[in-house]
Amino acid sequence: MNDTYDLRIAEAHIEVHKFRGGTIAAATIIALFLQTSVPVYFPKFAVLDLPLLLTIYFGLSRRNPSTGLLLGMMIGLLQDSLSGPTIPLGLYGIAKTIVGYLASSIGARLDTEHPIARFALTIIFFGIHQGLIVITRRLLLAQPEGWFTMHLAIGAAVNAIVGIPLFMLLDRLRKN
Amino acid sequence: MVAIPSRHKSLVLLAGVIVLQVLLLAVQIRRDSQGRLIRVWTVGAVTPFERAGATGIGGIRGAWRHYFALQNTSRENERLRHENDTLKLQLNQLQSKAAEADRLATLLTFRQAHQSISMVAARVIGTSADTASQTIYLDRGERDGIRRNMGAITPDGVVGKVIESYRDTSQVLLLTDKDSGVGAMLLESRIQSPVGGVGEPLLSMKYVANDDTVNIGDRVVTSGMDRIFPRDLPVGTVTQIKPGNPFKQIRLRPAANLERLEEVIVLLSLQPLELNKDTSAAEVTKKNAPGPAKTEKP
Repeated sequence: MNDTYDLRIAEAHIEVHKFRGGTIAAATIIALFLQTSVPVYFPKFAVLDLPLLLTIYFGLSRRNPSTGLLLGMMIGLLQDSLSGPTIPLGLYGIAKTIVGYLASSIGARLDTEHPIARFALTIIFFGIHQGLIVITRRLLLAQPEGWFTMHLAIGAAVNAIVGIPLFMLLDRLRKN
Repeated sequence: MVAIPSRHKSLVLLAGVIVLQVLLLAVQIRRDSQGRLIRVWTVGAVTPFERAGATGIGGIRGAWRHYFALQNTSRENERLRHENDTLKLQLNQLQSKAAEADRLATLLTFRQAHQSISMVAARVIGTSADTASQTIYLDRGERDGIRRNMGAITPDGVVGKVIESYRDTSQVLLLTDKDSGVGAMLLESRIQSPVGGVGEPLLSMKYVANDDTVNIGDRVVTSGMDRIFPRDLPVGTVTQIKPGNPFKQIRLRPAANLERLEEVIVLLSLQPLELNKDTSAAEVTKKNAPGPAKTEKP
């Protein structure tokens, strides 16, 4: 019995999902467009972090840490560049790189298809993402930033709730 | 050469990517550079969608107001005589158009009252992609004469300043952003102090000594000392006062509704501006408001 066979036995239930061509790019552009446009008319929409939800979803689905971290980096840098000169390039890039890596690493080990698992993981990743941003701000940018606010707690819950139907919608774009 | 085990390759890649981005951050801090080229590309890629989206949403709202709302009205009036129906439909249509034109008319009034100041009206087509910064995108840019550090206002008051100008769009840092600030003073006592954002809906007036008298409801206007905004533009109204050390902690409610901006005016000048005191924005706003207009003397 060789190592490959063992690995297949152990992870037989973990399926690596692929998507139709252009799905990831289109979803990213749409998410960034919605993230910047909708709050003009519905300010409360800003509590959602659609680029983060995409990073988590594609990380969990692709289950390849290298792909996950590179995708997270791209989405984060695009978000940085749309956030204006007050947000230096790299702030969200670093946070989403690490979230993408962690999501794809976890996705490769656990079955993350169940809505409750996705809900919990989104809350955890939202917290990690915010923690990384605070660390980057404090250590690299010398900007004092609070660790926890009620706004963040609400943000985590809202993103996790919205993440469930969003992830189900994105599931339909997978290649069978 | 040392071979990297395949299971560690992603970790090495992660470390490399993080180091690269940390270096990118360091370069921006050291050179005060903001990676303009990358921003120009990204903004250039996304703003056409935002512009189209704003137009589309405007169309949908227009259709809703002009068609569906009227259709509902006609359903309600089916029991009435046909002549009444027609008249009511026409009346609703006119009211809808009047309401839609109201904001633009206010902008026009303001502009006419300050013809000596070159300004351009712009539509808000997007906001910041994150919750940490308070910025908006406008549908006007360098081609319309907008440059960095120009002031953005509404007839209600100060909005913020232009921090980046692209060919057809520009980005405005709202007064509520933590990095934002404006030279301001209390309208009655003329006590001067900068006003800035704290990342929340309310603003902060920073350097008013504990000995100075400030009351809830006092109005704050621009002082003109920042050389971006002319004097006497409304900034906000005092809503909270707490004693502090060594300065009072004063919170203001912004005069302009910064959470629901759809159109703004950009002051097309990088020179210090002077408003005609007889027609300050506060007074124009008051004149537009129902009831007798009052005249305030600073």
